[in-house]
Amino acid sequence: MSVLEDLRLRGPVLTASGCGGTGRELAPYVDLATLGGFVTRSITLAHRTGAAGRRIVETPSGLLNAVGLQNPGLEPFLARELPWLHQQGARVIVSIAGASPGEYADLAQRLAVAPGVSGIEVNLSAPDQRGSGVYDVREPFHAGSVVSAVRRETPSRVPVLAKLRSDVVRAVEVSRTVAEAGADAVVLGNALPAAMPDGRPARLSGPAVGPLALRCVAQVCQQLPALPVIGCGGIATPADVRAFLDAGAVAVQVGTAQLHDPMTLSRLITARQEDA
Amino acid sequence: MSTPSTAPTGPVHVTGTVLTTRAVGAYTHLTLVAPGIAERMRPGTFVAVSVEGQLLARRAFWIHRVRHAGGHGMTLEIVVEQVGAGSRWLAAQPVGAKLAVTGPLGRPFALPKRDADPVSCVLVGDGHGAAPMFLLGERLRERGAVVTMLVAGADEAHLLSALEARRSARSVTVVTEDGSVGSRGRVADHIGEVLRRAAADVVYAAGRPSVLRDVAEAAETHGAWSQVAPELPLTCATGLCQGCPLPVVGEDGVARTVRSCYEGPVVRGDRIRWTELAP
Ligand code: FES
Repeated sequence: MSVLEDLRLRGPVLTASGCGGTGRELAPYVDLATLGGFVTRSITLAHRTGAAGRRIVETPSGLLNAVGLQNPGLEPFLARELPWLHQQGARVIVSIAGASPGEYADLAQRLAVAPGVSGIEVNLSAPDQRGSGVYDVREPFHAGSVVSAVRRETPSRVPVLAKLRSDVVRAVEVSRTVAEAGADAVVLGNALPAAMPDGRPARLSGPAVGPLALRCVAQVCQQLPALPVIGCGGIATPADVRAFLDAGAVAVQVGTAQLHDPMTLSRLITARQEDA
Repeated sequence: MSTPSTAPTGPVHVTGTVLTTRAVGAYTHLTLVAPGIAERMRPGTFVAVSVEGQLLARRAFWIHRVRHAGGHGMTLEIVVEQVGAGSRWLAAQPVGAKLAVTGPLGRPFALPKRDADPVSCVLVGDGHGAAPMFLLGERLRERGAVVTMLVAGADEAHLLSALEARRSARSVTVVTEDGSVGSRGRVADHIGEVLRRAAADVVYAAGRPSVLRDVAEAAETHGAWSQVAPELPLTCATGLCQGCPLPVVGEDGVARTVRSCYEGPVVRGDRIRWTELAP
């Protein structure tokens, strides 16, 4: 449990960013205090209304999404959502996204001192449309500079997690870069770049991406054994959780499966308890 | 955790069982034993069902009716229109099949206060969006409201239970696009006249956004409140994914995007930014 304790996690099963609502919608189906951690949807400095039109489309074994970082912005999040989550006894890990390293740093600075924040997850897998053309946060160099900007603003008692996409070619390289920049752990991976049937950019998640994420987790765990890895991608069953932990992950995040069946997290946590 | 004196609220997730299944026109009606859901439901709330196999999004259905069924306790009825792989799968489920059901979900229609003066209500149901209207009509009548119904569909097969409507309402107008039964036309062609005749105070409607926009506009012209429940594609139906954007204007006049499944499905018609929802 010691790595989990260092990361201030309560167990190995967490929500994945963007699939747990504000927490209130999830609470009827799982006791938030039993989650290893509740990862919020990505919070930006200012309020974002998200994408217009059709946002999610089913594909065989996956969901395509183009939600577009809809969130209330930092201040309303701090005022209304965070205190409630904290009251429920949830370990809150705030996912952050910005259009520049400066925006990430500002977010980290405010969140690091907010009561009830157990960790910060830096969303480095989805390029922010507002920053596009300026920098792509998925590039190792940019990912590293974002993480060091966040680390500088975050006291060492608050862990910083870097969330990367499952890029089998560069997972080890990006992981090493963000670890050197001060990330306490990496989260591998996230929805992968894809397209809606009408050609709009979208991202694919669900069972289809699970094996890719597992490959990245295994690679990073082998080559960077000192770096804690949290697996994310296509996890729906106790066997999936086991596969990621066996590959060396210290914890997993569950997203798309929770949209298909709101009891998934609750079931996985019970299964882990029975396993233990 | 909960106090026993208050009625249970909030959604539950249960394994439901198909008790009956029958074809009615173009639709399939399924009666489900789904403990806890019928007891909590209010008109306008819905259930979400997981489809087996590779389909990951959930399928949402209006709660059409609830009733006591012998040894099964409270049951609920949903109306399935077969429009895709998920609804085809569901409509084909045999009696006894087990389903993963969550509900009741969403915000219900608001009812007039019990001790208020009698209110004249017009209920508009478009296609299988008419499903929640019958129970709503009954609840409104219990509160002394005068209920008028407008039930619409593309043709007779897509007209939901016009006979039942006569039991829930004082007067019923039936409209089909092809004129196969009732008056020919669309909701927009008849809603103004129905509102005038009923001297409507409140209009309730569910169905396609384009139809609801006409209803909301007619209500405004007539000086009535409208409460509408647009049918939008839902993914999780539980408020987790933000996949069901509903563009609205808040009480403060600020444009917002809310979740149709969670802050809705029922919202005030004059609060929807229709140009973005139903161009
Ligand atoms: S369908 Fe997921 S939030 Fe509404």
